[in-house]
Amino acid sequence: MLLLNAGWWLIVSIIYGYVFSQSVFSAKQVITDTLITCGLLGALSYLIVKNMRYYIPQREKYWYILFIGVGISGINVLISKILFNIFLSDDANYMSHMQHTAGIRFGIGFLLVSCIAMMSLLWYNQEEQRQMNARKTEAEQLAREAELFKLRQQLQPHFLFNSLNSISALTISEPEKARHMINQLSEFLRGTLKKDEKQWNTLQEEMQYLELYLDIEKVRFGYRLQTNVICEEDALNLKLPSMLLQPVVENAIKFGLYDTTGEVLIQVNAKKQDNSLEVSVENPFDPETSQPLKGTGFGLPSIQRRLFLLFARQDLLITKKEDNYFTTTILIPQIV
Amino acid sequence: MNVIIIDDEPLARSIVKEYLRSYAEIKVLAECNDGFEGLKAINQFEPDLIFLDIQMPKINGFEMLELIETPPAVIFTTAFDEYAIKAFENNAVDYLLKPFSKDRFDKAIQKSLQQQKSTPEKTEAVLESAAQSPFQQNRVVVKDGSKIKIIPVAQIQYLEAADDYVKIFTGEGSFLKKKTMSYFEDSLKTFQFARVHRSYIVNTQLITRIDAYEKDNHLLLLLTGAKIPVSKAGYSKLKQVLGI
Repeated sequence: MLLLNAGWWLIVSIIYGYVFSQSVFSAKQVITDTLITCGLLGALSYLIVKNMRYYIPQREKYWYILFIGVGISGINVLISKILFNIFLSDDANYMSHMQHTAGIRFGIGFLLVSCIAMMSLLWYNQEEQRQMNARKTEAEQLAREAELFKLRQQLQPHFLFNSLNSISALTISEPEKARHMINQLSEFLRGTLKKDEKQWNTLQEEMQYLELYLDIEKVRFGYRLQTNVICEEDALNLKLPSMLLQPVVENAIKFGLYDTTGEVLIQVNAKKQDNSLEVSVENPFDPETSQPLKGTGFGLPSIQRRLFLLFARQDLLITKKEDNYFTTTILIPQIV
Repeated sequence: MNVIIIDDEPLARSIVKEYLRSYAEIKVLAECNDGFEGLKAINQFEPDLIFLDIQMPKINGFEMLELIETPPAVIFTTAFDEYAIKAFENNAVDYLLKPFSKDRFDKAIQKSLQQQKSTPEKTEAVLESAAQSPFQQNRVVVKDGSKIKIIPVAQIQYLEAADDYVKIFTGEGSFLKKKTMSYFEDSLKTFQFARVHRSYIVNTQLITRIDAYEKDNHLLLLLTGAKIPVSKAGYSKLKQVLGI
């Protein structure tokens, strides 16, 4: 803005000098007058612009501009009169011309100063707005990331402690299996701790991760839990946010295992649907005892929320009850 | 001492069995997969002590206990985090947080050996406090002959006091549950139920009409046609719930 101010007054002085040089006065007079008038106005404006950088009146901005315009051009007329008296007093003709044009000089000065003050006001206002927006966006971004992180971190302590308990039991009867399960659990936990929220993986990678989880759960629940995972060939390379699938399946397992007795088959189907990846997870449930309150399952609201934060859409999670089966379907648009 | 292990995870049962091996005097009579099997086994074997998981299929450990006339001593084995445990830690015979060590297990066994048979009042107290835990507030488990019925709270029309029992009225008929009226008054508070009379708690969402009846008394008409008397104190409670 200060540069703009300097440029503005340079242009003004060139025009001023040019117009003046068309008159009867000598080159010396023209140059001195131009330098004094424009230099003074430029210097005073410089102060004002610099000042505005730190202070902009919130209310009555325009009165402030008017005040500056009047004040500065007034001061300019006074000071330049003194300076003319010092430098150009030898020419009486010129001095009388000065006296006559004081009003015009004031007017021109006022217009020029107000103009630059106005420009700088708009400039700084805009600047402030821009910074405020940037801060706001940043704050929103941070909040969103924190929320995503939290949602993803909602690893059930229940799952962890029960798995550890199973391992504890296996150390006595089947130490080899216990070690295997420790490895699986570690790998699974490492996956949940991966910090990168925005990371998208292929379905193939996510499925490997899901298998880890399913294997652990199958050790825990023994024969009661059966799983059937089917991925269509052309879906394997589609992408999805990391750790999105596991909570959906976890939800289905819990729903299935705690809402029925006997064996539970969890079906996972992944396929390409238009330009989206569609994954559906099916679990049995008992329509008679499943409670209306929990009708949509245990953890689905948080999955829905996560999908919303990622895609700004509410329609990506669909649930369906049919006969004794509950199906959760998520759609992942392929935007990257 | 005879024990039964009730847990839906086979490995969780096996570790209890394993730890019990060093006690020659303790005999495992049965292992159960869920509350239904547990109930049957308890009635059949009448054990001195049970190891009981809380989160299990269909009915949880607390709900299973509620269905037993004289419950045996209980050691809870659960992975629930501490805040849930707090609800009953003052009253439980003992509880083991999974995974637990042999030392911790031994302490629990010592404790129950000393107490031998727990008093029914004690288990009763456990259940009272467990009712406050969030996972069993929206349904009631009752026995219907030899069957077990799970009633979602929304399906309850009203409750009537019947000596030591409470009669629960639903669209399918009425069921008895050995609980006090104040127990239900407390646990149903959050579901728009009001205790309109010393002997009646009503689901306020089913009310169609409130008629004045004698002095200071009112009579409620439910959507189902049932008529429920309202006492003076009950009327003010009702007004509170309905926000009038």
